[in-house]
Amino acid sequence: MDKIVIKTDNLTKRFGDFIAVDTITFDVKEGEIFGFLGANGAGKTTAMRMLCGLSIPSSGEASIGGFDVYREREKIKKNIGYMSQKFSLYEDLTVAENIRFFGGIYGLDSQNLKIKSQEMIQSLGLESQKNKLVASLPLGWKQKLAFSVSIIHEPKIVFLDEPTGGVDPVTRRQFWDLIYTASERGITIFVTTHYMDEAEYCNRISMMVDGKIKAMDSPANLKSQFSAESMDEVFFELARGAQRKAD
Amino acid sequence: MSNLKFLLQKEFKQIFRNKSLLPLIFVMPIIQLLVMPLAADYEIKNINISIVDHDKSPYSRLLISKITSSGYFKLSDYGESFKAAYDQIEKDKSDLILEIPVDFEKNLVRENSETLFIAVNAINGTKANLGGAYLQQIIGEFNAEVLLQWISPTRYNPSPQIDVASSNWFNPTMNYRFFMVPGILVFLVTMVGAYMCSLNIVKEKEVGTIEQINVTPIKKHEFILGKLIPFWVIGIVVFSIGLFFVARLIYGIVPVGSILLLYGFLAIYLIALLGVGLLISTYSETQQQAMSVAFFVMMIFLLMSGLFTPIESMPTWAKTIAEFNPVTYFIEVMRMVILKGSGFMDVTKHFKIMAAFALFFNTWAILNYRKTS
Amino acid sequence: MRQFFTFVSKEFRHVFRDRKTMLMLFGLPIAQILLFGFALTNEIKDSKIAILDLAKDPASRAIIEKIASSDQFEIASSLQSQAGIEETFKKGSSNLVLVFPVNFNEDLLGQNSVQIQVIADASDPNEANTLTNYINFIVASYQREELVTEAIPLQIITEIRMLYNPELKGATNFVPGVMALVLMLVCTLMTSVSIVREKENGTMEILLVSPMNPFLVIVSKAIPYFILSLVNLTVILLLSIFLLDMPFNGSYFLFYFESSLLIIAALSLGLLISTSTNSQQAAMLISLMGMLVPTMLLTGFMFPLENMPVPLQLISDIIPSRWYYIIAKSIMIKGLGFAAIWKETLILFSMTVFFLTISFKKFNIRLQ
Repeated sequence: MDKIVIKTDNLTKRFGDFIAVDTITFDVKEGEIFGFLGANGAGKTTAMRMLCGLSIPSSGEASIGGFDVYREREKIKKNIGYMSQKFSLYEDLTVAENIRFFGGIYGLDSQNLKIKSQEMIQSLGLESQKNKLVASLPLGWKQKLAFSVSIIHEPKIVFLDEPTGGVDPVTRRQFWDLIYTASERGITIFVTTHYMDEAEYCNRISMMVDGKIKAMDSPANLKSQFSAESMDEVFFELARGAQRKAD
Repeated sequence: MSNLKFLLQKEFKQIFRNKSLLPLIFVMPIIQLLVMPLAADYEIKNINISIVDHDKSPYSRLLISKITSSGYFKLSDYGESFKAAYDQIEKDKSDLILEIPVDFEKNLVRENSETLFIAVNAINGTKANLGGAYLQQIIGEFNAEVLLQWISPTRYNPSPQIDVASSNWFNPTMNYRFFMVPGILVFLVTMVGAYMCSLNIVKEKEVGTIEQINVTPIKKHEFILGKLIPFWVIGIVVFSIGLFFVARLIYGIVPVGSILLLYGFLAIYLIALLGVGLLISTYSETQQQAMSVAFFVMMIFLLMSGLFTPIESMPTWAKTIAEFNPVTYFIEVMRMVILKGSGFMDVTKHFKIMAAFALFFNTWAILNYRKTS
Repeated sequence: MRQFFTFVSKEFRHVFRDRKTMLMLFGLPIAQILLFGFALTNEIKDSKIAILDLAKDPASRAIIEKIASSDQFEIASSLQSQAGIEETFKKGSSNLVLVFPVNFNEDLLGQNSVQIQVIADASDPNEANTLTNYINFIVASYQREELVTEAIPLQIITEIRMLYNPELKGATNFVPGVMALVLMLVCTLMTSVSIVREKENGTMEILLVSPMNPFLVIVSKAIPYFILSLVNLTVILLLSIFLLDMPFNGSYFLFYFESSLLIIAALSLGLLISTSTNSQQAAMLISLMGMLVPTMLLTGFMFPLENMPVPLQLISDIIPSRWYYIIAKSIMIKGLGFAAIWKETLILFSMTVFFLTISFKKFNIRLQ
């Protein structure tokens, strides 16, 4: 049996009267690519922020890599990587400086840091851009770099919050190649997206509507369950009943 | 601790890379320190006086020449019409009118008494008060001279005289800039420190990089220290440039007291000040908000610090506000140590209060700064 | 025209939604008026002094009593020896020490002449000067009252009249200055930041591709701040009339007209700043650090301009608020009409036209 690395039980987040995340329960297995889907405002980001230790749940249980989200948030942070839709590198630092900074923060020693950073720059093909400010890179490159930086410390799990917004399908495909490579190394991937073609790349996906998980299975099973041709249809079928308006 | 090293490297790189900010941090304060003390001069001189002389006697002319040679007054207008002189006041060409009545000399000698009329433009109350007082003083001296001319010293038996011998310590040349430069330096260090610190942190919030920091194992205190230390260092550098290059080389101000003492106080002051900056940043979401709040706070700090107007003259409630203003204490310490050579024993109270401020603002800010929601 | 109003109302919403900006916009002027009106004064009051009375006789006691009962002084301590003088200064516990010599009264009456020593802490030379003068004055009045027996012949009496401000209130001088300062700063800062923010967010591009004339876009950004400034001005005016008992002797219409001139000048200055920078941070720092200090110092309400070195006086000539300050004083306090201030108005008007032209020109270049 595969080891479970993310486990939630009736996890809930309330903001006043508004229930942003409503009693969600799911497990994610080690090495899995888990897609977290839903319309804008369905509660994806809030759920993810709770799992990363950025936000304290109102009720329910959750553990990440065996650590509790209430009591062991600092331990969780050592074991996860995170990349958000808001751009998360420093634009006024160079490529190499960003790698060095985040590597240093995660406690890589200088020997290790040098090797890692060399490797990363090489594998991304950024040798000539090494000493350029991140601000001057095209968006697609920034995203790839941000992803590589977020797993520089070989975390157990990496959380990606809409990582590929605003780039063309080819660049997106390249980004997913990076995700697969990471997954093969045993890193669990937890990704939110609203591109349905990306959903197909996941091992398993969950659909969130109005703060609740409405469906959860592999893409193939979901399609047959809703007798749909594509994930798009599955999504429309589920999202049609949504009460909340997208923001 | 190694986290802190990486954070500091990052901050310094970002600060020194920002070409539009650097001159504002280092050049602007220096220029202001060069210019402000030249402008901040309360000394009342060059008072413009209009004289309306209806008498035109030897006495009236003698009085006028005494007034114009006193160094305080500049004769802007001389005539026989009060109306014309009043026009000059309305146009701000003249600050003060002296009206000498018809037969001034004759009446003075014959009736033993005569009245001179003075009208002062009192929109600026302080200036009016002093101008009036100087003029009365000169008239008094003139009166004494006239008296001596008419009454031979033998016949006139003077009453007992009390002579007031005055001396001015610590600033014998009465140079107003010696007083202003240390205070202005404090203010500039304050502006640079508080603004830069609060804006810098809010910028990370606005751009979103703070989220990334929050999911890393960086501890709250490491992040805060990583923000405070660079601005602490910058504050000390700006202060040193001001003290050694501008104050010493340009204005010739050499601290009488211990420089070490000044730096000791500066170190604690900056911690308190950056605590204020941090606090502002925890309450702001955007740079515009941070700037608005910082500006509001700075303005109150500036006005209530005793930099331009004495705290002693304030009403009690305002004195209380001044007592809760960290800037007040640093300005006092600067003036005491630089001009009077006060030692540590003289400013122990200031040290204690500043340490309390530092503790208070930083604790509040840290409690209010949250990594999680 | 409807589009235009849509834009203007959008700008208003931006302003009103941000409470912290509102604090700066309205809180600051109010706080300033209150502080300048009630707390800040150049006058010396309750200044702490120490007394070293080596005589302790009726004459010294009488003079000390006179000093203690004056508004200017507060006797903080009495010293025992010369050595205490330096200490009291270094601790900052008194600003002036008065020394009565031994046998003060005896010498005064016996030898007809005696000396009092006044030692001032001249770190603040103005205060030292003023305090010494007050002491002189008090001693002289003691002499006149107690020691002069016969009437002095040939006496010149002076009758002094304080025009415009008989109670010598500080507010009379400060209020027009604060108005000038607030209008200058708020308008320049707010316009420059609000335009640069749109540039930073990229929304400026969207506005510029809209069917509206680009100049109208800019004008619509300026209008809310123009109106808010007038409201602000009115608040200050009401506070100063009702709370500080300031007079308003001139024409309100003329006053608002002149104020509008200054506001437009400041708004166009803000536009100018916004065209020369791309980051909010830089716009703020230029407007604040670059404008606050010069405006405060060189408008003439804190420090007399005529004392300054000539180069600074020349710089002050190009600061719009300096001319507005003269105009505001003339209208509010002196109650003068347009005839008395047409020159200043002309200067202010030319400045406004100048700034407006340059900023529109620069803005235009950016568009192409």
